[in-house]
Amino acid sequence: MYTNDFDYYRADSVDDALALLGDHDGAELVAGAHGLLPRMKTGEESPPALVDISQLSGLAAIEETDGSSGDSGGDGVSIGALATHTDIANSEIVRQRATALADAAAELGDPQVRNGGTIGGNLAHGDARSDPPAALLALDGSLVARSAGGERTIDATDLFEGPFETAVSSDEIVTGIRIPTADDAVSGYYKRRNPLSGYAMVGVGVWLRTDGETVQEARVAVTGATTTPTRLPGVEDELEGAAVTEEAITAAAAQAGTTLPDEAFVSDVQASAEYRAHLLTVDTERVLGEVLDVDYSSH
Amino acid sequence: MSDADGADSNDDGSSGAFGAAIERGEDVPLLTGDGQYTDDISLPGTTHLAIRRSDHAHARLESVDTSAAEAMDGVVAVFTGEDVVESGVPNTIPTAWDLPGLVQPQYRMLATDKVRHEGTAVAAVVAETPHAAHDALERISVEYEPLEHVTDPVEAVERDVPPVHDEAEDNVAFDFELGDSDATDEAFADADRVTSVDLRQPRIIPNAMEPRAALADWEETTEKLRLWMTSQNPHLHRMLLSAGTLGLPENRIQVIAPEVGGGFGSKIYHYPDEAVTAWCSMQLGRPVKWQATRSESYLTDCHGRDHVTTGEIALDDDGTIRGVRVETHAGLGAQLSQFGTATPSYLYATILSGQYAIPAIHCRVVGAFTNTTPVDAYRGAGRAEGIYVIERLVDVGARELEMDPAELRRRNLIQPDEFPFETAAALVYDSGEYERAMDVALEHVDYDELRERQDELREEGRYLGIGVANFVESAGLSPSGLAGDLGAQAGGWESSIVRFDSTGSVTILAGTADQGQGHRTTYAQIAAEELGLSVDDIDVVEGDTDRIPQGMGTYGSRSASVGGGSIARGAREVREKARRIAAHQLETPVDDLEFEDGEFHVTGAPDRSLHIQTIAHEAYLGHDLPEGMDPGLEETNFYDPENFTYPFGTHVAVVEVEPETGEIEIERYVAVDDCGEIINPMIVEGQVHGGIAQGIGAALYEGAAYDDEGHLETRRMDEYAVPHSTQLPEFETDSTVTPSPHNPIGVKGVGESATIAATPTMVSAVVDALEPFDVDHLDMPITPESVWRATEGDR
Repeated sequence: MYTNDFDYYRADSVDDALALLGDHDGAELVAGAHGLLPRMKTGEESPPALVDISQLSGLAAIEETDGSSGDSGGDGVSIGALATHTDIANSEIVRQRATALADAAAELGDPQVRNGGTIGGNLAHGDARSDPPAALLALDGSLVARSAGGERTIDATDLFEGPFETAVSSDEIVTGIRIPTADDAVSGYYKRRNPLSGYAMVGVGVWLRTDGETVQEARVAVTGATTTPTRLPGVEDELEGAAVTEEAITAAAAQAGTTLPDEAFVSDVQASAEYRAHLLTVDTERVLGEVLDVDYSSH
Repeated sequence: MSDADGADSNDDGSSGAFGAAIERGEDVPLLTGDGQYTDDISLPGTTHLAIRRSDHAHARLESVDTSAAEAMDGVVAVFTGEDVVESGVPNTIPTAWDLPGLVQPQYRMLATDKVRHEGTAVAAVVAETPHAAHDALERISVEYEPLEHVTDPVEAVERDVPPVHDEAEDNVAFDFELGDSDATDEAFADADRVTSVDLRQPRIIPNAMEPRAALADWEETTEKLRLWMTSQNPHLHRMLLSAGTLGLPENRIQVIAPEVGGGFGSKIYHYPDEAVTAWCSMQLGRPVKWQATRSESYLTDCHGRDHVTTGEIALDDDGTIRGVRVETHAGLGAQLSQFGTATPSYLYATILSGQYAIPAIHCRVVGAFTNTTPVDAYRGAGRAEGIYVIERLVDVGARELEMDPAELRRRNLIQPDEFPFETAAALVYDSGEYERAMDVALEHVDYDELRERQDELREEGRYLGIGVANFVESAGLSPSGLAGDLGAQAGGWESSIVRFDSTGSVTILAGTADQGQGHRTTYAQIAAEELGLSVDDIDVVEGDTDRIPQGMGTYGSRSASVGGGSIARGAREVREKARRIAAHQLETPVDDLEFEDGEFHVTGAPDRSLHIQTIAHEAYLGHDLPEGMDPGLEETNFYDPENFTYPFGTHVAVVEVEPETGEIEIERYVAVDDCGEIINPMIVEGQVHGGIAQGIGAALYEGAAYDDEGHLETRRMDEYAVPHSTQLPEFETDSTVTPSPHNPIGVKGVGESATIAATPTMVSAVVDALEPFDVDHLDMPITPESVWRATEGDR
């Protein structure tokens, strides 16, 4: 429970932080530090230096964007990387326009973690048990990352590469996330809490466009149950064009446990891969029912 | 003395302190951070100890090279097991409970020949800072020759594996029997029905809030060791350190237990680590501090339970229980811990009668060495395991007879007029009104209506489960002679001093040691009641062998009954001496004095009075005392109870189980406890709440596991689930009061009750919910997945 020795630097600006990252090989950024520090205490990670960006100003705003600004190519929501989970859970904009992310933020950790942890750090950290990844994938969001070489956008589908591995490179800072929105879309996130860790045993994010009778477009993603947060194309395919009925939802959700290979699922003392795959089907059905407002009380 | 032994707490004057929900005086310093725990104490020149531990479950120790670690900045010294041997100290971690035929292998402070479980202490680094010490651990190079290991107590004795200790080739430490084997066989042959259950009670990791710690200061000039440590029993630790480990006379050792953050049994024991801390200080002549990390706690704090059991019950068709037969393999871990032999033998087998009049009981326990962390008493110790077995047996018996499980329990209860009741498992229960507590609990949930609702819901495909468990436990192991007969290397008494200070305040020195129980409040209430004072007049001192003459400590639900009993007796002696002084000064016969609100007054003449605090002052002035009376007003009391006390009660849980996911929702939890007279209902309720949480934890969440390499698989808090408050229902608590007839204040104790009750209650509830799926039993922890799998074929 003792970290290895490390140097600590506090950045005054994004450029300062980038310079510090450049100067110190293997340095890691921290803001809320709720992802990295526990892993440093257990020895799973041991960066030689930490660059603290928690004091940077102007990186916590949550705003609606429109096509005129051109930065997201259409209507959307922009969230600063240093916005805390509490900020996001309490944001009316996120609640209305990107419900799945608000749900995920509200379910994440406990009040201390939500008050300290930031969305940028959460996503860059790539903890497959955490809630926001499934929401980001379902919402088809992206990260804005800056390095000395300039700025780039990383799509959610390209972000998660493996357990604690993301496409954010060691010389980059995530400055914000972008989420496209649509007026006829609904979204949501359902979490089944692991009784040991409080992380998601299964977390399912969904985003759907409907005309009230049929599903036009669907995105469904999972966290917690799998070693890497991922979309569930089998479920999405089944949903698209389907009627908004209990039967159709059940049929689509049935794909959840089978669309991924067995080895994609986590297995541990608490729950086997087989059981997690089963829960994924159950929970996908639940969140779809909730988001589409289909009555499941008879189940 | 005659007065001191009466069951009435105070027949001639009551302050009202006893029985009041007085707020805990100790909470303000604890909550504001003023409380001093071991790690908060610093002495000039303190060095820091870190311990290199084995990452093998079983291996021969080939070599330990400390040179690189010694060369590191800030490292003061690095010691190995050989260094301890060369120092010439006795170097033994002794067990404190003998059993017939017990194999007692060598148990050293630091390993010299073999490591026998992951986490075995191999080398010690002392450095100027904790970080330097921990960094240096990685630079010690240890060579091992791995050996085949075994972690399961049945496999340990039945499979052909290299023994954990050469002294026990079959890994059997003891083979224990209790009860009448022939009579039990006969009962089984005669009974209408026989049914059985195979069950496992998994290992529990205690998870005290404060990990263990020690600060040792060897003063070379006086040759005295001062040792601050996280101890539930400082005097026992002093005794074992003195006689077994360090070879110092007891009067050269001062053990101090400052604030201690929880124990649940884990801080009773004499471990290598605290002894190594003391030994290092003796080598270096400098203060040495060791603070365990949470990971070390998981690997080295004694675990609880680890039983593999086959239980059988013989019944007649009318529901009469004719006999119970139990065979258990108990995992002891790699070494015999202090009470590790008593817990699965006497503390377990003797409680198998539960609340029931069972004519024949036989129990066999094979204590097995395994390559795991040593196992010892954890809250409920032995009694929890035993009550779990009998309550599971009654449930499977009820299924066999197709009888309501509450009804089967009721038909076999020991009746109030049968006490004192001698069971077929060698105990004599003191008092009990079992049916009354059971009725109160069942009324709380409206049991009959609940069963109807259960039937209705099943029609709708919803699965309600109702779990009922009755428990009784043997608390406050005593008297000392009995403890000795059973093999204890310690007594069952407790000691205290009740002292009036010269200006009228009162100081109590108690031999028990609080880890959160609230002794400073409850002991003050006991003394306030006896002395007619306010609790604010009374201070309680515990946990220092130089200030408190003797003591046995806090475990086994003994503090209120044995410790509190001693304080009540001492206070009564003090009061009677004060009465004689009052009679002398008021010039009246002793019998003419009445005692009320701290005042002695002459019967019929309330103006002729003296307050006990004034008398205290007079006693220390010594100017005007009865002829032949010594000055001063204090009493030292050693109280050796005539028997255990037997707290009891009934708990009921209502759950709903969702077969599709296996999720278990606890709808209600009702606990009716009878702990005899209640000193402080708020503190009793707190004990019940914490106990239920730990009992539910064992039933649904906890359970330590070892992987194929013999490594602890549940080694962190995100891998081993202590339930969060959000995972627990609101507890509904109630009590009945059946005073213990032989205890001076009528108390029975409550520290372990709810843990003992909650585990079988929860398992019973979940299994009851799954009756339509023909599930008769599920092993703990009952995870959602295990429910899902148990119902898989029938959904």
